[in-house]
Amino acid sequence: MNAVDKAFSPQSALRLLSGNHACALGAVAAGCRFFAGYPITPSSEIAERLSRLLPQAGGVFVQMEDEIASMAAVIGASMGGVKAMTATSGPGFSLKQENLGYAAGAEIPCVIVNVMRGGPSTGMPTRPAQGDIMQSRWGSHGDYPIIVLAPASVREIYDETIRAFELAETCRTPVILLYDQSIAQLTETVELRAAKDIPQVERKWASGPREAYLPYAAGEDGIPAMSRPGAGYRVHTTGLNHAENGFPTQNPEAVARNQTRLLTKLEKHRERIDAWETVQCDDADVLIAAIGISACAAARAVSLARARGIKAGLFRPITLWPFPETALRAAASKARAVLVPEMNAGQLVLEVERILGGKRVRGMQRYDGEPIAPAEIAARVEVLAKENS
Amino acid sequence: MITDTAAEFDVRSRLRLEMMPHFLCPGCGHGIALRALLWALDELRVERDQLAVVSGIGCAGRLSAYIDANTFHVTHGRPLAYATGLALARPELHVVVISGDGDCLAIGGNHLIHACRRNLKLTCLMLNNEIYGMTGGQVSPTTSESMLTSTTPLGNSEPSFDACALAAAAGAGFVGREVTRHVPRLKELIKAGLAHPGFAFVEVLSDCTEIFGRKNDLGSSPEMMLRQKSDIRPSAYRDSVDTPFRSTELPTGILSQNQRPEYGAAYRRAAAAQRAANAAKGKP
Repeated sequence: MNAVDKAFSPQSALRLLSGNHACALGAVAAGCRFFAGYPITPSSEIAERLSRLLPQAGGVFVQMEDEIASMAAVIGASMGGVKAMTATSGPGFSLKQENLGYAAGAEIPCVIVNVMRGGPSTGMPTRPAQGDIMQSRWGSHGDYPIIVLAPASVREIYDETIRAFELAETCRTPVILLYDQSIAQLTETVELRAAKDIPQVERKWASGPREAYLPYAAGEDGIPAMSRPGAGYRVHTTGLNHAENGFPTQNPEAVARNQTRLLTKLEKHRERIDAWETVQCDDADVLIAAIGISACAAARAVSLARARGIKAGLFRPITLWPFPETALRAAASKARAVLVPEMNAGQLVLEVERILGGKRVRGMQRYDGEPIAPAEIAARVEVLAKENS
Repeated sequence: MITDTAAEFDVRSRLRLEMMPHFLCPGCGHGIALRALLWALDELRVERDQLAVVSGIGCAGRLSAYIDANTFHVTHGRPLAYATGLALARPELHVVVISGDGDCLAIGGNHLIHACRRNLKLTCLMLNNEIYGMTGGQVSPTTSESMLTSTTPLGNSEPSFDACALAAAAGAGFVGREVTRHVPRLKELIKAGLAHPGFAFVEVLSDCTEIFGRKNDLGSSPEMMLRQKSDIRPSAYRDSVDTPFRSTELPTGILSQNQRPEYGAAYRRAAAAQRAANAAKGKP
C-alpha cells in the first residue's frame, strides 16, 4: 500500500479523479521524487498535487522562475539519479525545447507532461487542442530520438504516466506525456492499480571498475549504463557531440558512431515502446485514426456508423512517437479509406499518409477550441463509405 | 589570515590530465581562476567523488571538463537551474557552478537573481572577462563603457552590470569579488564562499588577452593584469596601472554576507515535520 495518498488504499480503489490529478498520482506511484514546474493553464493541477504529495514521499517539489529553469532543474535532478518530471502546456513546452534536446542528446531520463491547449502563441489557455503532435516529435533542433505517449482517458493517464517513467529510465530518454485540456480536466470514476502492483523500474547503473567504464558505450541494447554522482565514476556530461568516454569530440567517426547508436537505440525496444488500441478494425472498410479526445469521439462514431451498416473501425496510437506504423498498416489492411480527425490544421494525417502511402487518406480538422463531435466524424465516415462503393 | 601554500598544492591531483593541453588562449585569466577554485576545494578537503561541477556555455563553461569530479556541461545560461535540481535532489553533494559574464548575467540573468533569492546551497563562480570570447568577441553585459568589441565598433555605449551589487540586492547569502592577479586572496574568497551554508556568488575579474585585449590595445597578459584593481602597484608600471579599463570603483573581497535560512534544509525540515505530524495522526 502506498504511504502517500489515500487514493491507493484498498478502501478507496474507486476514485473520482481528473486527468491531471491521475497524472500526479501515477508519477508518485512510479517512483518520481522530483518535480520542477512553472504555473501554466491547463496543467497546473499536476504541480499543485505534487507540491503536496512529494514532500510526504520524501521527494522534492520546486516551483522555478520560468519554464526553461523547470526543464533544466528536472534534468539536473535526474543527473543526480532521481526520477524527475515537469508539466506544462504549449507556450511552456516551446520554452523547454532546448533543454529537452539536451536530455535527449546526453541521454538523461525524464518525463515531460504537455497538456495541449489552443495555439499558436498564447492561443486559448482553457480550450483543448492537439496542435503539438509534430512539435512533440521535432521541437528541438537537430536529430534526436524521443518517446511520446498519448493517453485518452483519466485511467490511461495514470497508467501511461507510470509507463512513461519505465520507458524514460530503461531507455535513457526524455518521455513526453501528451494529452489535451479536455482529458486533463475531465473527471472520471476510475479504479487505479494498487501501488504494490507497480514495479519500481530502475535505470541501468554503471558497475565494475572506473577504469573500464565508458559512459556512452553500449551493448546490443544500445542503452549505455549511467553513473550516479558519488559512486566513484566522476564522468563528464555534455551537450556537445561526444565520444564513448563522454568528452566532446569532432572526430567524424566518433560522432557518427555515437549519433547512430543514439538515433537507433529506441528501434531495439519497439516491442515494449509501441502501444495502440484497435476498435473493430478486422473488417473495417473505413478506418479512423485518432488520438486523445478525438479518438474518444471516433470510438463513438464507429458505433454510430456500424449502426448504419458501415464497416468502420478505429486505430488509436497510445504511443504516438515512434509511431506504431506496423500496427497501423495491419489495422488498415482491408480499409479502402482512412479518416484522420484531429484538433489542429492537419498533423497526424501527414504521418498516416506517409505510412499508408497510396491509400485514400482524408483529414478532418477542427481548431476552434471545440472537440470534434462523434456525429461529425460518423457523417464523414458515411461519405467515405459511399465513395468506396 | 591568508596563507600561501601554493607550493604544497599540486593542481594536477584535481585535474583530468588526459584532457591536457587545455583549450584556453595564451594569457587567458580563466586558468588562474580554475587553479584558485581547485586549491580552495583541496584546502576544504572536498572529496572529488562528492563534488559536482555544473557549467554553462562559453570559455568559462569549458572549464568543468578539466576538473576530476562529477562534471556537467549544460546549456547556455542555465547552469544555475540545472544545479538547483541537482543540489535539491542530492543535498549531500558539493555543487559548484562555473559561469561567464554572458552566461550568468545575460541569457542566464533570471536564474541568477532567483538563485540569490532562493538561497540554496550552491557556489557560483562567475568569470568576468567582459566579452563573449568563444563566439569571437562580442559585447557582454559587463563590457566597460567605450570599449571596442566585434559588435560595438563605435565603442560600447551601454553601462556595465555590477554583478555583485545585483547578487547582494537579490539576497544572496554570500557575495564576493576578486581579481586573478591576487591568487591566494582569490583562493581564500572562494573558500569562504564554498564554506557558506547558503548561496554564494563569487565574481572573478579575469582577462581576455587574445580578443578583448588585442581589440582595445590593452597590452600583453601581464600588462592587462597590472591594470586590474590592486593595492600593489609597482611604480615601474604606473602608466598602465593608472589607466585601468574597468571601473576603479568595483570593490573586492567579501562584499555581503547574511545568514538567511538555506532553502534546501528549510524545505527538508518542513517536509519532515509534516511527515511526523501525519504519522502522529495515524495517517499513512
